[in-house]
Amino acid sequence: MEMMKKPQIKSMKYEDFKDNETLEKMAAELRAGGTNVVVGCLDEMIEWGRSNSLWPLTFATSCCGIEFMAVGAARYDFARFGFEVTRASPRQADIIMVAGTITHKMAPVLRRLYDQMADPKYVVAVGGCAVSGGPFRKSYHVVQGVDTILPVDVYIPGCPPRPEALLYGMMQLQRKVKVERFLGGVNRKEPKPDYLKEK
Amino acid sequence: MISNEIIAIPVAEYHDRMQQLRNEGYDFLESLTGMDWGDSLGVVCHLESTTTGAHIVVKTATEDREHPELPTVSDIWKAAELNEREVYGFFGVRFVGHPDMRRLFLREDWVGYPLRKDYDASPEVNPVRMTNEETLDSTPTYQLNADGKLEEKVNVIFEDGEYVINIGPQHPATHGVLRFRVSLEGEIIKKLDVNCGYIHRGIEKMCESLTYPQTLALTDRLDYLAAMHNRHALCMCIEQAAGIEVSDRVQYIRTIMDELQRIDSHLLFFSCLCMDLGALTAFFYGFRDREKILDIFEGTCGGRLILNYNTIGGVQADIAPDFVRKVKEFIAYLRPQLKEYHDVFTNNVIARQRLTGVGVLSREDAISFGATGATGRAAGWACDVRKRMPYGVYDRVDFREVLFTEGDCFARYMVRMEEIEESMRIIEQLIDNIPEGPYQTKTKPVIRIPEGSYYAAVEASRGEFGVFIESRGDKSPYRMKFRSTGLPLVSAIGTIARGAKIADLIAIGGTLDYVVPDIDR
Amino acid sequence: MFDFSIVTQWFHALLLSFLPEGVAVFLECVIIGLFLLLLYALLACALIFMERKVCAAYQCRLGPNRVGPWGIFQVFADVLKMLTKEIIEIRHADRLLYNLAPYIVVVASVLAFSCLPINKGMEILDFHVGVFFMMAASSIGVVGILLAGWSSNNKYSLIGAMRSGAQMISYELSIGLSIMTVVMLTDTMQFSQIVERQADCWFIFKGHIPALIAFVIYLIAGNAETNRGPFDLPEAESELTAGYHTEYSGMHFGLFYVAEFVNMFIVAGMAATIFLGGWMPFHIPGLDGFNAVMDYIPGFVWFFAKAFFVVFLLMWIKWTFPRLRVDQILHLEWKYLVPIGLVNMLLMAVIVVFNWHF
Repeated sequence: MEMMKKPQIKSMKYEDFKDNETLEKMAAELRAGGTNVVVGCLDEMIEWGRSNSLWPLTFATSCCGIEFMAVGAARYDFARFGFEVTRASPRQADIIMVAGTITHKMAPVLRRLYDQMADPKYVVAVGGCAVSGGPFRKSYHVVQGVDTILPVDVYIPGCPPRPEALLYGMMQLQRKVKVERFLGGVNRKEPKPDYLKEK
Repeated sequence: MISNEIIAIPVAEYHDRMQQLRNEGYDFLESLTGMDWGDSLGVVCHLESTTTGAHIVVKTATEDREHPELPTVSDIWKAAELNEREVYGFFGVRFVGHPDMRRLFLREDWVGYPLRKDYDASPEVNPVRMTNEETLDSTPTYQLNADGKLEEKVNVIFEDGEYVINIGPQHPATHGVLRFRVSLEGEIIKKLDVNCGYIHRGIEKMCESLTYPQTLALTDRLDYLAAMHNRHALCMCIEQAAGIEVSDRVQYIRTIMDELQRIDSHLLFFSCLCMDLGALTAFFYGFRDREKILDIFEGTCGGRLILNYNTIGGVQADIAPDFVRKVKEFIAYLRPQLKEYHDVFTNNVIARQRLTGVGVLSREDAISFGATGATGRAAGWACDVRKRMPYGVYDRVDFREVLFTEGDCFARYMVRMEEIEESMRIIEQLIDNIPEGPYQTKTKPVIRIPEGSYYAAVEASRGEFGVFIESRGDKSPYRMKFRSTGLPLVSAIGTIARGAKIADLIAIGGTLDYVVPDIDR
Repeated sequence: MFDFSIVTQWFHALLLSFLPEGVAVFLECVIIGLFLLLLYALLACALIFMERKVCAAYQCRLGPNRVGPWGIFQVFADVLKMLTKEIIEIRHADRLLYNLAPYIVVVASVLAFSCLPINKGMEILDFHVGVFFMMAASSIGVVGILLAGWSSNNKYSLIGAMRSGAQMISYELSIGLSIMTVVMLTDTMQFSQIVERQADCWFIFKGHIPALIAFVIYLIAGNAETNRGPFDLPEAESELTAGYHTEYSGMHFGLFYVAEFVNMFIVAGMAATIFLGGWMPFHIPGLDGFNAVMDYIPGFVWFFAKAFFVVFLLMWIKWTFPRLRVDQILHLEWKYLVPIGLVNMLLMAVIVVFNWHF
């Protein structure tokens, strides 16, 4: 039974996005048990709301932060998509855009910021440094990719990524949020990664 | 051109000789570099006299690698305070008499001293520690007793009963991941303690294992709003050391690019200051116009922020065919926009009240801290490298060094706004006269620098950016040190902000306009 | 002029025809309460959307335009998200006060909101000391903010709350003085009466110079009351991350957010009622034909048009000016606004006594 609904985003076609397979796989897993109509509709509404209202945390460590500001500014204007309200308090933010290098000294701070955010929360790794350590991979004081300390939802490569790439990455995140389930089915049930286990 | 000759001073005479040099008029400590010469550890100091313009480079070294100790010069130049803490963190050299011997960039539980040549960089020694760092309210300090023994004392920063708030590392007003601990009395700041290192990427250590052309890649990421300047400084230093001539065309292009970058940086400064003070609309105006410069950069360099344009002996690619036209159009466009900025923000009564008379830094302090750039010039210190030690084609253009004497936030702000106009004037003088010629000099496939030490400086967006290279004749540097433009500014903030209000701290931080990755390197 | 009391009386009579009076009144109260809350929520959404579009226009941006046509459903998406977002419990917070604070703020603003006369016969709370009640109700809000700052156990919150306390209590004075100036002209404190007396001419024209001064003072002080820029010190994003609501997440933060916007509308609605005639159409004495045409436009349209005009003014100010510093705010209030307000009141007294008004 083809129950899966393709996550659509206004102004960009489904086919224009890359990496649809991952999303489809995720959607298939989430809908494996099937859902009832009422709950499913309610779910869809909630996810519509969530995906269109992802408020980023004002967080940046280096170069990518400037591009992040540029995306918020007049020419690129991510307010169009509903990322409007950048919150300075992690309690009120929905996504953390890890824009810039994460160093050893910053790692526990970043983790603490992530812990302070309210669920549901998402992580976007922006730029080479956050994805893998980037140009500073060989350094003694740089974390080799933010996915070693946080669960990352979307990776945006680039050094720094162009604003278009940032927008694309955020739209991918929207699509990912859209296929999630709030009420029905299993919601993000993944084995707890090592770094999230209590020490 | 700074002489590359280094005067060696024995440790015992070091402090007295330095004091003597200070009395002779060397009042500006340009940079203080920690060094590991293999058998000895020490520091190299670049001194400059602001009255005569004379330069002198001195060094001192201690053979003791187990417990290296040097006398502090932080009582002579305030700039030495953070620099010596940096040296302590990287080399383990303890400075006797320094009030605050904490590591500047690394965690207190870091094992080893990373910039020493025998440092063990394996991740097992220093794994990513996910425990929260302990914040110390007191620091160790070392004093020499009368009998010549070293004694460790404790210097208390914050007393128990003080109301200490933590600004940063994640805070919208610190422009990155800088951390202030501020002791408050109501809204008034009693004391401020700076914690850096949240974006310390170890660039200097990395450079030691890279070839010279490879090191260029990292400079853009130091102060990403002075990417052109940083790379210009490094290229210049390598070119001077290796004796590579660059064509006139390249000099013109580099100068124009530097000035475009300066406008870009100052526009961003304007935007961020406005945002910090709560005038969000002006923030968007600045960013809107900045995009136009980025378009010009993109056309020629391919990048928006990280440009990778200068190379050793030239530039990466010739200027785009429409470069000249676009630059002219941009200048014609920006002039009226600047007027609009002044209408919206500068002449606003609230903005004036927030900035005028707030955060005063005196000329003496600016020199002592080595706070160059707009901060120094706002205090009346003519510290523009473009005038002091002309490079590029700055000796061939007519421009004014913007000087104010008030030293407050408004003066710092106005220096930058007027510098935008001066930059436009410089570009106008050059843009039509770019001479023909190659955009890249032929260099050897492997670039080596003769043995010795070299220093070159440029005027970056927020002060003097210097590159110090110590070479042993290899294809990669033995030690490469970048004189951060932001570190002196941050070291001065404790002095500036004392007695101000929290809101003033934001204005002070905004007008000092430091970029944190540049401080932490 | 359409009188809404015809509808309410008809409805009352309808209920009475098959219900005892007590039940009927109770039922009416419930219906009015629901209507009030619905209007409150819708207004908040409209205001948030308006703010986004207005500030986007000032900032050369487009603002939300992907969710629904012109992005009109953007705010509903935000509301849905807020409702399903986790509300974080903080271990070392004062649980009771921490959870109570946002509701106090909202209740205060709902109370004040219910005083606004929207149309003729459409006043929810209307009695002879309406002005006093309104001011008293709206100043309960500051208690909520202080509690939020105190109970969060966060230093930013505490500083934000203290700033807010100092600021709101001070500016209450100016608001009071400027409203009293008009009350002197009307010699009534009942909102419906205040509007009725502007039938011939709005007070801002009637009271000419002192009314105009009072209007400006009211706008400044009202802006400060709502904690909006350039008086947004208690939140001061770049100084205190999010000020008194730093620790609040989910719908608790949403309540603060909504209350801020509706408070702005209340201030605007008060300005519209007291200075710009409320639901009273624009009348020019003597021109009966013109006045009759104006009367065709329903009262609530007049009221909302005026209120939104003032809201627009407030937004214009917010998106233009930088933020003040805390000492400058108190300086402005105690050294300028209060003395001017007092002198202005005296001036109004003289004008009323000698009948120099229109």
